[in-house]
Amino acid sequence: MPLPTPFFPRTSALCHSMKWKEWAGYYAVCSYETLHDTEYYAFRNSAGLLDVSPLYKYRVTGPDAAAFLSRIMVRNIEKLAIGRVSYCCWCDDHGKVVDDGTVMRRGEQEFFVTSADPCYSWFSRFLRGYKVELSDISDQVAGLALQGPTSRDILKQVCDADLDGLKYFATCKARVNGFEVYISRTGYTGDLGYELWVDHEHALKLWDAIMAAGKNYDIRPAGLDALDVTRVEAGLILKDVDYFNALHALIDDRKSSPYEISLGWTVDLDRAPFNGQAALQAEKEEGSKWAIVGLDIDWPQLEELYYKRGLPPVLSNHAWRSSIPIYTAKDKRIQAGYATSGTWSPILKKNIALATVQKKYDKIGTELQFEVTVEHVRHTVSAIVSKTQFYNPERKTFTPKSSKS
Amino acid sequence: MSKKYDAIIIGGGHNGLICAAYLAKAGRKVLVLEKRHVLGGAAVSEEVYPGFTFSVASYVVSLFRPHIIRELELAKHGYEVIPMDCSFLPLPDGDSLARWADPHRSRREIARFSKKDSEVYPEFSRVMTHMGKLAKAVIDHPAPNINSIHPKEIANLLRLGKAFKDLGPDLLNLNIKLVTMSALDFLDLWFESDVLKAPMSVSGIIGTFQGIRSPGTAYVLLHHYMGQLDGVFRSWGFSKGGTGGVSMACARSAMSYGAEIRTEAPVKQVLIKNGEATGVVLENGDELYAKTVISNLDPNRTYLKMVGESHLEPDVLKDIKRFKLRGSSGKVNLALDSVPEFSCRPGDGDHIRGDIAIAPGIDYLERAYDQAKYGEFSTRPYINAVIPTLTDPSLAPPGKHIMSCFVQYAPYHIKQGAENWPKYREAFGDTVVDTLAEYIPGLKDKILFRQVLTPWDLEQTMGLTEGNIFQGELSLEQLLFQRPVAKYSGYKTSISKLWMCGSGTHPGGGIMGASGELCAKTMLTSRAI
Ligand SMILES: Cc1cc2nc3c(=O)[nH]c(=O)nc-3n(C[C@H](O)[C@H](O)[C@H](O)COP(=O)(O)OP(=O)(O)OC[C@H]3O[C@@H](n4cnc5c(N)ncnc54)[C@H](O)[C@@H]3O)c2cc1C
Repeated sequence: MPLPTPFFPRTSALCHSMKWKEWAGYYAVCSYETLHDTEYYAFRNSAGLLDVSPLYKYRVTGPDAAAFLSRIMVRNIEKLAIGRVSYCCWCDDHGKVVDDGTVMRRGEQEFFVTSADPCYSWFSRFLRGYKVELSDISDQVAGLALQGPTSRDILKQVCDADLDGLKYFATCKARVNGFEVYISRTGYTGDLGYELWVDHEHALKLWDAIMAAGKNYDIRPAGLDALDVTRVEAGLILKDVDYFNALHALIDDRKSSPYEISLGWTVDLDRAPFNGQAALQAEKEEGSKWAIVGLDIDWPQLEELYYKRGLPPVLSNHAWRSSIPIYTAKDKRIQAGYATSGTWSPILKKNIALATVQKKYDKIGTELQFEVTVEHVRHTVSAIVSKTQFYNPERKTFTPKSSKS
Repeated sequence: MSKKYDAIIIGGGHNGLICAAYLAKAGRKVLVLEKRHVLGGAAVSEEVYPGFTFSVASYVVSLFRPHIIRELELAKHGYEVIPMDCSFLPLPDGDSLARWADPHRSRREIARFSKKDSEVYPEFSRVMTHMGKLAKAVIDHPAPNINSIHPKEIANLLRLGKAFKDLGPDLLNLNIKLVTMSALDFLDLWFESDVLKAPMSVSGIIGTFQGIRSPGTAYVLLHHYMGQLDGVFRSWGFSKGGTGGVSMACARSAMSYGAEIRTEAPVKQVLIKNGEATGVVLENGDELYAKTVISNLDPNRTYLKMVGESHLEPDVLKDIKRFKLRGSSGKVNLALDSVPEFSCRPGDGDHIRGDIAIAPGIDYLERAYDQAKYGEFSTRPYINAVIPTLTDPSLAPPGKHIMSCFVQYAPYHIKQGAENWPKYREAFGDTVVDTLAEYIPGLKDKILFRQVLTPWDLEQTMGLTEGNIFQGELSLEQLLFQRPVAKYSGYKTSISKLWMCGSGTHPGGGIMGASGELCAKTMLTSRAI
């Protein structure tokens, strides 16, 4: 039986569609209205407010906190500056990804970590020898994502933080009407946006303050359906959809290295030992087997298939997450890989997908064949390998008061 | 004398009935002879108290082989098992642990005792899922005959070897641990909390005269996991109408294929002529003849009572006498006026709809075993209780309930001598009720009727020698090609034309149906019938 998050009194009052799902043991709204379109456009045009409390959250403190996290993460956390956030993944001994999340450095000896799976037991396996304290604060800290072009303006009305100076992937402490929140300029929409972390007791006050301030900026509560569309547009991968936690994978073939899931850029090999280092070093030298790529699925061809059946081309406005076979352009009997999630992008007007393909097919511009079913009959249409990041607006990283120092 | 039957099956336990169904379906003329007035053996439902139908002995179903349901059309004949959602552990200090099918709900519950354990728990289930793949290789085929060089036997052995090899080195290593370690040591590899380990470890001792720290009990743990391919709790379930419902579905299936079934027809002996079984003689003196005879009884009863020592080679006799039965458990069935309420979690919520374990710690379980070692029943025993009426209200009048309690340890050989068990029966029943009342304060006032079955009673009524619930311990040396004895394991016996189909043969005990099925299939493919 899922639990309500601290925002439930507000979210449940607003969720007219009655569409909920379970997320990490909590109730989460799929969409507040029957169709999620307005929520999607809020993320892209104004601001959407999303309850992300079900994420797992950990606090790591102590003199060895940075060294300890560096031992676990594929990135070198010792190099992370105070007030900065690092997007990371962490691996088992064989260099296979266990989970991904963010690490925020709040102080010399204080870090805040988010993850998709419970990781307390995994992290604590490596505690020995480090002067650190690891605490699971998942049930004490609530999270809100305020995402979209007007999010900065809204947040300015609510708190005292220097938001014009807060850079992409930076974090700071702020005060809202007498209580404290942590703000990080992060999110899962690939747009300008913030995530706010607040103690349970102040959660509703924070929600109310943001919603009130957002009135003039077209704020809307947004659910996971809209988020799912934006995250595919942004090329952000999702655990249990685009890859699997190595500790839970039933067979080895379901495990992936960071290189294979487009997170190779996060791997910092040349440093003190960390989990999976040797295996990742070897993989870097020998090459990986798989790669996650973006697929731009040919629209005219798809349209044609629909027209042939006398139908207009209608795609669901929901992002999908089922495995779809991808074939080589030359020979439709040879499978090059499989798509794991995709969506019709309302803003790009493109049919896009994230796919895992054999390494030899991962070059940008490579033509592949994507399986589609039109009126119960299977066909393939051409799909071009592209960057996973389909949508990347300038505002995402733009900082008005870009401090030169 | 004309041989009217192709086979006479002694015993109408679920395995005997399944064996009969398969043979009848293949066109053979079959007669089942059951001693009691009801069918089912240890999988039996009886209205022991007016209006209340007890699953007298076995009480939950999990290992039953799904292909048998399909092949014998058991769903059509009334087979229905409703899955249980929860495993509940009340604790004496007012706390409790409920493990649910919902993984997040379980995680939150376990985290109250150990955060680490709560997250390792799904990893453990994942590994056990892999182990469960072995079930296909181990349970669904006759055990390979390692003394034979027949290509079929070699293929059989290779298949078993391959299934182990396919586990991969990490899991294979674990498997070797499973086979050699104690249940507790095995769980120690994963978990730290007693509160979690205690109720998990008991799967390793059910029906075994061993403690959770005894080497080899990890295997019994696996045995209980094998049927549970789709998750830890999902596939334990209540049979509609009690576990006798399974047996009755098997009986109806057998009859639909033309098998003949007689109750209140106790067999006195197997008729043997020139080393060959020719039929049976009933207690009432009637003689019945058949081309083959199949015994659903345990190995001890089959060889020593039905056949008789005079027909046995010394080696076989020695092995059979050494076959470990050592009953270690009893059963207490309660008819209740209303729902029992646990003080630690009051109400009739979902937590008491599954199985309820009285196993509040490792030491508690070890202490329970200590007493049994010296010939006493445990004064604070491990109890596995279920309230099937919450799921299947047809078993009792509206609002009334049944609490079915499996109790360990109750050794067959008490120091006063097994035959004196009847004198201690009620004291044993009191112990069980007193133990439960520590968690359910109002229990005693709710009891309308109580049925107490000691191992001695299980032997007397159901013909389970020494009251062993599995027709022989599930210790490794008594499994696979060594069940019941190394020389005669493939459902054959040392007497020509006499076969065995009970849980005393491979793959062993539990409401599983595999022994009955595999015996029939072995006889048919080897043209023994
Ligand atoms: C108390 C108890 C609890 C259990 N709990 C569970 C459980 O919850 N889940 C589970 O899966 N398993 C459980 N088991 C084990 C399971 O019930 C048995 O392993 C299984 O039912 C055995 O079936 P069988 O057909 O092989 O043999 P049996 O059921 O033993 O059948 C043998 C039959 O032969 C008959 N018979 C004996 N002598 C003669 C004779 N001389 N002439 C004619 N007939 C004769 C008997 O009456 C009986 O019907 C439990 C067993 C017991 C005793």
